Amino acid sequence: MEISTRRFANAIVARPVGRIDHVTSGAVELALTPLVAEAGVAHGCLVLDFSALDYISSVGLRVLMVAARQLRDAQAQLLVTALQPVVAEIFAISRFNRILSVTDGLDDALALCSPEALATYRSSEDPAGGPR
Amino acid sequence: MMRAHFWGTRGSLPVALTADGVREKLQAALRAARGRPLDTEADVQRVIASLPFSTQGTYGGHTACVQIETGGFDHFVCDMGSGLRPFGQAAMRQHRGAAQTFHIFLSHLHWDHIMGLPFFVPAFVPGNRVVIYGCHDGLEAALRRQQETPSFPVDFSIFNAKLEFVRLAPGQRHEVSGVGVTPMLQRHGGDSYGYRFESQGKSVVYSTDSEHPLDQPEHTARFVEFFRDADLVIFDAMYSLADAVSVKADWGHSSNIVGVELCQMAGARRLCLFHHEPVFDDAAIEAVLTETRRLEEITRGARPLQVSAAYDGLEIGL
Repeated sequence: MEISTRRFANAIVARPVGRIDHVTSGAVELALTPLVAEAGVAHGCLVLDFSALDYISSVGLRVLMVAARQLRDAQAQLLVTALQPVVAEIFAISRFNRILSVTDGLDDALALCSPEALATYRSSEDPAGGPR
Repeated sequence: MMRAHFWGTRGSLPVALTADGVREKLQAALRAARGRPLDTEADVQRVIASLPFSTQGTYGGHTACVQIETGGFDHFVCDMGSGLRPFGQAAMRQHRGAAQTFHIFLSHLHWDHIMGLPFFVPAFVPGNRVVIYGCHDGLEAALRRQQETPSFPVDFSIFNAKLEFVRLAPGQRHEVSGVGVTPMLQRHGGDSYGYRFESQGKSVVYSTDSEHPLDQPEHTARFVEFFRDADLVIFDAMYSLADAVSVKADWGHSSNIVGVELCQMAGARRLCLFHHEPVFDDAAIEAVLTETRRLEEITRGARPLQVSAAYDGLEIGL
């Protein structure tokens, strides 16, 4: 599974592509482990950008739960954002939308993380620095 | 031909509709009837048929008891929750005094799964035979204990039927009166056991009080094989997945999502949500059913999976 990462101030944004299921969840958990550790040390945020995620199974949701718990213990937080419609339905049916912080878009997630994270993201998206 | 007849479907403890609950149903029904003809009995029946099940009926409140009809004369029953009482009464009415044999398979010995025995009328009738199967040590002792002073006024001496206790080895297929029965160890406090019944080319899996750890692929593979190509899987869907992996982790129950996934991986034909959370009202259980059907739809593979929610009185023919 492909997972790209970007960093904005104290936020790490990870963007998995495809499916998190019984086949791929182990690789996802492995990939998230150092990111969880890094966000925990910084007392920052790990933002999971699900804009390219097509499906997540119960095993994948458990991986998120474990990551959220580890981050909370480290006074850091997990944020999930930009869910595709099918994934959003799975979050609602599983009630994971009630136990994880879920936002509509990346801006919202970074705003919840810190003003610096949001500002860094916006400047990176708009190098001219003009009004948005 | 096999048929599952649900006599008790609720988890943990029996519940009953309250006066407020009945009033809410009446109000919803009367609102739905506004402006519609109600002059004839057929008109009334049409309005009732248009109502959701949560308004026109109820999922019921007896604890676990499921009859597996196999076409033979002997009775096959899973668990002795409070639903065993109406089952026993129906069996007495149906057979009008003829001696009967009951094969009863216990998932485990927690109270909600054995509380019906003291009220099981066929056990009081001379000539009947009640054979209780299970995989636990102390099966008979647990049942005797719940009828000892001060928990109950009469002990086993009140039973005039012949009571027998049979310990089954999990993971092995047993032949019981022409039916193949395979118990499976499940994850639950003090252990529980699921049962796969096979008769005349049909199969029913009864799997309640069973937690599925999501970080153990070998556990998942074991249950996929247990459910393999089953015509019906009766599945513990007491909690949401979020609850099952967080605040209610290690409470020994599962979720609708894991039920759909295991049945899809196993190629099962029908999933019946079972062991309903006792704090859920009819509307809440119906909502879970609607969501589960939607999940099946958006994750469907080559073979569709029929999804239903058990209620006291439901019959599923296979």
